[in-house]
Amino acid sequence: MTSTDLPFPGLHSGIERVPRLAEDQPAQTGKDFTSDQEVRWCPGCGDYAVLKAVQSFLPDLGLRRENIVFISGIGCSSRFPYYLDTYGMHSIHGRAPAIATGIATAREDLSVWVVTGDGDALSIGGNHLIHALRRNINMTILLFNNRIYGLTKGQYSPTSEPGKVTKSTPVGSIDHPFNPVSLALGAEGSFVARTIDSDRKHLTGVLSAAAAHRGTSFVEIYQNCPIFNDGAFDAVKGRDTEDAIIPLVHGEPIRFGKDGGKGLIRDAAGGGVKIAEVAEVGEESLLVHDAYQPDPSTAFAISRLTDAGHLHQAPIGIFRQVERPTYDDQARAQVTTAEALVDQAREAQLASLITGSDTWTVV
Amino acid sequence: MTKQVKQLDRVIIRFAGDSGDGMQLTGDRFTQQSAAFGNDLSTLPNFPAEIRAPQGTLPGVSSFQVHFADHDILTPGDAPDVLVAMNPAALRANLGDLPPGATVIVDTHDFTDRNLAKAGYSGNPLDDDSLDSYLVHPVDLTGMTVEAVKEFGLSRKDAGRAKNMFALGLVSWMYGRPVETTVDFLSRRFAKVPDIRDANITAFTAGWNFGETTEAFAVSYEIKPATMPPGTYRNITGNLALAYGLVAAGVQSGLPVFLGSYPITPASDVLHELSKHKSFGVTTFQAEDEIAGIGAALGASFAGHLGVTTTSGPGIALKSETIGLAVMTELPLLVVDVQRGGPSTGLPTKTEQADLLQAMFGRNGEAPVPIVAPRSPGDCFQTALEAARIAVTYRTPVMLLSDGYLANGSEPWRIPELDELPTIDPGFATRTNQRDEDGSEEFWPYLRDEATLARPWAIPGTPGLEHRIGGLEKADGNGNISYDPANHDFMVRSRQAKVDRIAASLPPIEVDDPSGAPGAGEAKVLVLGWGSTYGPIGAGVRRVRRAGFAVAQAHLRHLNPFPADLGDVLARYDKVLVPEMNLGQLAMLLRARYLVDVIGYNRVQGLPIKAGELAEAIAELVSQSEGVRVDLTGTEDHTREAHGRQIQSEGALS
Repeated sequence: MTSTDLPFPGLHSGIERVPRLAEDQPAQTGKDFTSDQEVRWCPGCGDYAVLKAVQSFLPDLGLRRENIVFISGIGCSSRFPYYLDTYGMHSIHGRAPAIATGIATAREDLSVWVVTGDGDALSIGGNHLIHALRRNINMTILLFNNRIYGLTKGQYSPTSEPGKVTKSTPVGSIDHPFNPVSLALGAEGSFVARTIDSDRKHLTGVLSAAAAHRGTSFVEIYQNCPIFNDGAFDAVKGRDTEDAIIPLVHGEPIRFGKDGGKGLIRDAAGGGVKIAEVAEVGEESLLVHDAYQPDPSTAFAISRLTDAGHLHQAPIGIFRQVERPTYDDQARAQVTTAEALVDQAREAQLASLITGSDTWTVV
Repeated sequence: MTKQVKQLDRVIIRFAGDSGDGMQLTGDRFTQQSAAFGNDLSTLPNFPAEIRAPQGTLPGVSSFQVHFADHDILTPGDAPDVLVAMNPAALRANLGDLPPGATVIVDTHDFTDRNLAKAGYSGNPLDDDSLDSYLVHPVDLTGMTVEAVKEFGLSRKDAGRAKNMFALGLVSWMYGRPVETTVDFLSRRFAKVPDIRDANITAFTAGWNFGETTEAFAVSYEIKPATMPPGTYRNITGNLALAYGLVAAGVQSGLPVFLGSYPITPASDVLHELSKHKSFGVTTFQAEDEIAGIGAALGASFAGHLGVTTTSGPGIALKSETIGLAVMTELPLLVVDVQRGGPSTGLPTKTEQADLLQAMFGRNGEAPVPIVAPRSPGDCFQTALEAARIAVTYRTPVMLLSDGYLANGSEPWRIPELDELPTIDPGFATRTNQRDEDGSEEFWPYLRDEATLARPWAIPGTPGLEHRIGGLEKADGNGNISYDPANHDFMVRSRQAKVDRIAASLPPIEVDDPSGAPGAGEAKVLVLGWGSTYGPIGAGVRRVRRAGFAVAQAHLRHLNPFPADLGDVLARYDKVLVPEMNLGQLAMLLRARYLVDVIGYNRVQGLPIKAGELAEAIAELVSQSEGVRVDLTGTEDHTREAHGRQIQSEGALS
């Protein structure tokens, strides 16, 4: 049975062909996934929280550690693989999705993860990101979005708000930012989610769903940079976030605010969605979140409720999760189908290939 | 009517027409016929970068030159004995390459005022005296084709399209080529469209019959099969041989081949060919760009496949950073550069050798990469295997420099027996290789093999060997990030030493010096080349020897590192001539490395070096070094005049 035969999404797991720990082996802990390398992010960096969450979440997958691969590009977050005791490669700027594409296509027995940032994934590596999403390669992409360039010490990034004053924009940035979720949805992403570094429970839940999804899982993680962009996500962190976070839960009406007083409804005029007072429109008008909807239009419309400027409000959760054939499964299937048609030994097969049909013999 | 048959030892034919006229196919079929007949041969396709330039114009002319002989030949030939021109533009574009006395077969059908004007003719050259020094056969090839195939009810346009097969039939008759392979080919190619199939076969046969019956062609020629070393042969182009070499490298190493590639002329045919061979476990990935192509290939290498990327010069520029990452991570990776004219977009369909220094130095930092180059179309097979041997054995990216001429040119290739092919051992790491202070086992990804200096290749899925690699500098041994100055210096030198050590695995240079052991004979001049100049150099050297003078020739397959004895060989000759299709890139490396005052012979015209001109340069050097006059008169192959009209006093030979 192929993935396309499944009646609904989520059943065909992203890790089902990755070897698992045997029943009688001791359960792994976060410590098993912690390498001996000293972590060198700045004090207070949001990356610590994500690392801790990943280290404690990976054992739950029950996979053999040697079958997990983390690939990163360049940037603060891209140091991530060094701190995990799995196979890993800290590659070059923007290219992690391309390298991971080769790994994931070559080997179905690996759980492949990409760790990247807003500069790495959306500026220099934008092309690879959109094509990975389009192809639906079986991998999970964690995009740490801190809306700033940290490793190069504080230039504006492709997600920075317009007007941002940085070292390279002393009178304010005039770049319009990307909305990473909108971009991923536009690039045919089959799993698109957003979470927050400081919300361990939500982060872990999204990671679990992402790992379970077969195809490219794209997870934007709002991550605070305390040195160069401190407080960028304060609105969605800590207390009093009920007006800022629009939580997306599949099958639930989308509502937020004090006592759930606000919610999303269809915007007949604009064709998208808009925020309304529940008291005014009635609960029955609220949009029920459907992440499995094949048409990404509503998910895209919801993603537009994210502030492009300084962040006051953002939908958080799994925007979209649909089943679609993956490039790597199909590429391997083409190879195995072709191999199955040959009943010769490889050497004999090679001899007849290079000989071809038009030959002559000199004695 | 009984016709005369003359013996020739070699012929050069050029088929030229509009790029939609099927000249490449025509040339390829004639080549296959000649190969099947047993001639030695060499071909030179030449086509515009535009897929369909405006019809009938000079930029739209496409040609295919084939040189075939009853003896061992090395080049597609400098100048055609016979030109088949399908329109005025094809005549005008190629006439300058013809020597006096050459035969010209012209399809008169397109010699209308309009088409003549498009080609830049003010009058009809068939009607004036401008072609008087050639033997011209004006024939209405199109008209006769349309007449011959009218029974199939095709449109006039479709019927006319078979004119290339009529021309092929006529030329096949002239040179006594066997016709079966072409009839079989047409039957297969057009099996699903019987009308087109039958029209093409009929046109081909009609062309043959026309030659046999018309009085316009009084003579046909016979070129006997060449004497070649025993074996089974086939005709092969460089790109096909290269693709087969990569498949063979997969078989010989037991590694699945993973090609990450982005389409680019003239390398795309390798991607096309490899995509047909999934049954060998070959995966081909057409990436979103050049960078992703090599990125995916490197990822596949990390995962334990034989990663390959194929491109041309502009693609190498884009891949440079990832090649550097492969140098740093010390993973096997094959980088194939089918060179074309540059810089920038340059001459996409023409050949050049100007990427040597890019291959050598085109990266940031000290990033040594081994470089190999094939010398002929068939040699692309062995060179691909050699590149794979080096990459896998030494855990390094390897650059293979082919070029547009090798890629599209063809030659008879003796099909190797499988036991002649090298065995390549991936030697994956399977166990820990170190103990830490408290005695527990560890894996050190940068603990080098003493003999090769290669690091262990531990692939994901291997328990206990989990490790991280990357572009940051590594500590020697354990591979952890290290900014230590002394360690960096050591690692820079270690990466260089590893590449240098490849030289120990190379055979001594083969110096072709009939006058004696290198330096001990009469030869004072050594001609040293690399890549596709092998043919022209060999042909040029032969002519000088035919004039009675001694000259030595050697050809480099390995450009980095150089073979260990190269310095010694260079020192044994008074003068070293280095012909290259660039401004002296190998010459620069030799001068820097060996302090030898090598002399360059440099042509960058987008075409192979002409053997005749090179022979003059070699002769000049021999004259200088021996203080004698070297006269090459009469050393060229002597059959040209037999084709055309008798020129002045030279008379006809037969």
